[in-house]
This record gives sequence, C-alpha cells and structure tokens, in this order.
Amino acid sequence: MSRLQEVFGKGKAFVAFLTAGDPTAECTVNYILKMEKAGADLIEIGIPFSDPTAEGAVIQEASLRALRGGMTTEGVFHIVEEVRKRSGVPIALMTYLNPVFHYGYEAFFARCRSLGVDGIIVPDLPFEEKGEAEEVAGRFGVDVISLIAPTSMERIRLIAKEAKGFIYVVSSMGVTGVRSQITTDIAGMVEEIRAVTDTPCAIGFGISTPKQAGEMAHYADGVIVGSAIVRLIEQYGEAAGEEIYRYVSDMKAAIA
Amino acid sequence: MSRGRYGEYGGQYVPETLMNELIHLENSYAFYKKDKDFCEELDALFKEYAGRPSLLYYAEKMTKDLGGAKIYLKREDLNHTGSHKINNVLGQALLAKKMGKSRLIAETGAGQHGVATATAAALFGMECEIFMGEEDTKRQALNVYRMELLGAKVHPVKSGTKTLKDAVNETMREWASRVDDTLYVLGSVMGPHPFPMIVRDFQSVISKEAKAQILEKEGRLPAAVVACVGGGSNAMGAFYHFIPESTVKLIGCEAAGKGVDSALTAATIATGSVGVFHGMKSYFCQDEFGQIAPVYSISAGLDYPGIGPEHAYLHDTGRAQYVPVTDDEAVAAFEYLAKTEGIICAIESAHAIAHVQKIAGSMDKQECIIVNISGRGDKDVAAIARYRGRDIHE
Repeated sequence: MSRLQEVFGKGKAFVAFLTAGDPTAECTVNYILKMEKAGADLIEIGIPFSDPTAEGAVIQEASLRALRGGMTTEGVFHIVEEVRKRSGVPIALMTYLNPVFHYGYEAFFARCRSLGVDGIIVPDLPFEEKGEAEEVAGRFGVDVISLIAPTSMERIRLIAKEAKGFIYVVSSMGVTGVRSQITTDIAGMVEEIRAVTDTPCAIGFGISTPKQAGEMAHYADGVIVGSAIVRLIEQYGEAAGEEIYRYVSDMKAAIA
Repeated sequence: MSRGRYGEYGGQYVPETLMNELIHLENSYAFYKKDKDFCEELDALFKEYAGRPSLLYYAEKMTKDLGGAKIYLKREDLNHTGSHKINNVLGQALLAKKMGKSRLIAETGAGQHGVATATAAALFGMECEIFMGEEDTKRQALNVYRMELLGAKVHPVKSGTKTLKDAVNETMREWASRVDDTLYVLGSVMGPHPFPMIVRDFQSVISKEAKAQILEKEGRLPAAVVACVGGGSNAMGAFYHFIPESTVKLIGCEAAGKGVDSALTAATIATGSVGVFHGMKSYFCQDEFGQIAPVYSISAGLDYPGIGPEHAYLHDTGRAQYVPVTDDEAVAAFEYLAKTEGIICAIESAHAIAHVQKIAGSMDKQECIIVNISGRGDKDVAAIARYRGRDIHE
C-alpha cells in the first residue's frame, strides 16, 4: 500500500489545495502548516503554470499572482523543503505536464522522493498519455494520480484498474471553481470504480461548504477543496492564516 | 505512445473530461471521411459556397522583378470570407452537423477563423460562440462586428495575456463544460489528436489543387512551396500533397516580430523548445521552467507560442525548412505585392512573400515557386498604415 493510500485509511480524508507562492513562499509554508494543524490529511500544492486550462478563474488568478511573484518549480521544491523541516504531512503536487516535462522526469521525481512528495496530479495527462511520466515516477515511488470525470463512462473501469494512490473523482463538467450545486451522479461513478478497485476515491471540483463536503464524503473516502481555500488567500493575502485554519477545521469536522 | 503521433510529437494531452469526446470525434471523422454523401456535400460546399478551386496565378511582374524562379501565387485570399480558414471550417461544421451537434465554438486571433466559423454556423443554422483575446477584440474591432453580424456571440477573453493562446485556453475550458451539443472547431493544425489530422486533411485541398494546376501550367513540379506558419494550417495544407515529392522544397515562414534575438518574437522553431501545451507535444516558446512565453508579431494570426506537431516532425526530419521573417520584412513585402501585382495580401501571407523575395533571384529561371497567399489584407490596412506612422481608424 502506498503512503497516499494510507492517508485514506483513517476515516474520511480532507485534501487541501493551495497554489505555491501565492502570495509568497513564506505564506505558503505557513498556510500548509496551519492546514495540517486544522486537520487536513493531505496537502495538494499547486506548481503555478502560465496557462492552466483546467482551472477556473480563482486558481488561474492565483497562478498568475504566484508567477508574477517569481515562483518557479525550483521555488516550489524549496517550499516543500521548508515544510519538511517542521512537518511530515503527506504532500502531493499538482501542475500541468509542461513544467514537469521541462524539469525532466528523472530530476523531477527524484526531487519528489527526496522531499517525501508522494503523488502528483496532472490534469492534462489522461490515461492514454500517462505512461511516459508514470514509468519514471514509479521508479521513485511517486504515484501519478488518475482523474475520472462525469464524461468518463466506459473509461471508468479502464482508468480505475490502473489507478495508484487515490482516484481523483471530478464532480462536475468544466473547470475548477466553487459551485452552488453538484448534479453529477457521483454515487454511480464511485460504484463503477468500486467494481474494479479498492484504491481510495476523493471527490473534487466545486466543493466549498461544509454541507457539500459532508454530502460528498458520504460517497467517497475523501474530499478535495481548492478554489475555496485559494479564495480566502486572495481575500486576506498574507493575513489568511487564521481564516484558513478556521475554514479547514470546519470542513474537516463536516466530513468526520 | 498514444494515437495521433508525428514522430514523438502530437498526442492527446487534455483533461479526462474531454477524452471521450475526442475519441467520439476521431471515430466520427474516420467514418465520414469515407462516406460518399459527406465527401460530395463538402465538395459542393467548396465549389458553390467557398469558390474553389482557388486560382494558381502566375505573378509575372514579380518574377521579372526578382529575376529568377517563376513565381506562382496560390490565391486562398479569393475564397469566401477571405482566407484559407473556410476550408477547415466547412469540413468541421459539416462533420458537426452529421454528429448531431447544434453549437460551434472557436478561438480566434485576428478574427479570420472566428469569421469563418461564424459564417459556417450561419449557413448550417447552428449556434456560434467565439472566444477572442480582449486585446485582439480592440485591435480587430471590425471583425468582432462582422462575427456579430453573422449571428455569433463574441466573448472577449480577459485572462492571461489576453491574446490568441488565452483564447484557446478559454475555448478549451468552455468545451470541457459543455461537450454534448458542441464541437470545438479548432482553427489550426494544432491541439490534441484528432485535430491536427482533421484540419490538415481539410486544408490539404490547397496542395491537391496546386499540384494539378502547376503540372497543367508547367508540366512539372515546383522547386519550392512557401507558406507562412503560425499554428501552421495553411502551410500544412499547401505542403501536404508535395511531401512525398522529394524534389520539392517545403519552406515555412515564421513570424520573427522584432527579430529572433529580441524578446518580441513568435518564431517557435527558431527560438522555442520541445514541450507539451494545448493538448499536444511540439515546439513552444517557453522559459526554462516550461512557462509559456508571451509572444509578439505584427500579425495577429501568427502571434502564437506554438506550432502544429506535424510541422515539428517535418522540421526534425529535415523534410521542411522553417525560416524567420521580421515585421519589417513582412510589411515591406505586403507593400511590394500590392504595388507589383495589385494584390493586397494578409500580413500573415506577406511573411511568405518576404522569403520569396530573398530566394527567387538566385534560383534558375526554369524553376518555379508556389507561394500560398493564405488570406487577403483588407483587415490589415489600418495596422500597416499605423506601422508607417499614419493614424487611420477603421
């Protein structure tokens, strides 16, 4: 069992996302530690990309703020290094394929292993293309997380069978962002997944309120929240620590 | 390796949400391209609506002036809507109709592809929404109104650099939110498979005609085919049927902007490196960490940080050659063609003319060059005037 899978072995998991370097590297380190303290089970750190095509406005803006502030792939690894001096919280990275491809798969995943990064989420790396990165990632013990979407249909079983770490169940059509309602048949999707694998499922896209989190956790092993946290950072900037702590605590309580 | 590869390039690097739709598109296309009714309908649209075949015109004055190879212009500028874009759009719109889609969405830079898509949507009675960088909507206000006249809704894209690449990002996001009734009519030989193949196939009518026309006029193949390259659809169309003819040089002209040594350039082959973006592996203008670079060219149609995957492959194998052409050279060529042949071509196509000016003189008089005039230049007149210091507003 991989370390990521273990994250989901102790009750419903809360996965908290933020964009590295938004608003500063120091803040990102602090916010990660706050989120861990508030009960986050896995931290998903976004390596900002200039053109995040699967992202809604909130995370797009955060990515641009981080890049304008000078954040780089190297800078993200430094953030993880700082976190590791004070915490062993499970960490996954989220980014688009190009920054990883450009860093070099060998160098990137070697760096991940040395820093205790257990997984990577790459929205523009579907099942058919994951081979080239996964071969290298696997050698360094890093899980390339599979995503399953409302349109996946007969692809669900194909993807789920090979999934490692956990399965990112995309709750809605379109891009990331806060939604008032999630209308996809999540239960049906998870049922399909369960038919072929025990790999844990976490639901993401559109979840922002404790009520939604509670509902979604009912169907799966965890929930992933990104835009709602990033929005707090957008609103409170360098003073978002307490707000994030309170929010993550409430969300974690709602899924327990 | 996944489907849709040209050497190592191409592929399908898109969110899972779009994968089934891309597979559906690939299967539908595979069926209809062999379907007699589909082929006849498209042929009729090309002939009766777009005005094909386009002329292969012997540019006699230009030939004499440059003093070398005979120069032929493939007149895609004479197509309905004024550029080669209509070839691809009619093909994709007809395919969308056969697939039961009722809504077309597309990105546009200068507005040529947006206008072509809006035109096809009007013709087929489909809904149409066009995504255009906010900067470009200001630079090309006339084309925005033109699309609206044709019944399309134009969304100014305010994210990122507010230009073509951001318009592509936003159209992809829109498609991922609504695939059932919608086809993303991609405008160039780029993006995830099957788009580079589909767009190439629909644009290959250019070289199919040109090959027959030059054989009829000259009784032999050209020494070179020259075309401008942004994403690369007019060049791919102009090259395609000449690729197996090893004696024919294929030359793509990239937009160098202020020069390949400056930061203000869009010459992807000259200044870029291999990466993965907009659904494909290819060459891109990017920084050392793989962040996509802002690009610049006077030509909004070539102002794109990537190049189609088949071009990347033709470059690597040496089958085609890619050369940079600056703003200054393109503007001079734009004026030259107007004064020499009485043809106001698109500023994009002027990049190809500029390169022909460089090479024709040193070629043998028995040889000939085909240069693809991908579009007409009405849209560029005001911008060229401003470039020359005359403040003209459309």
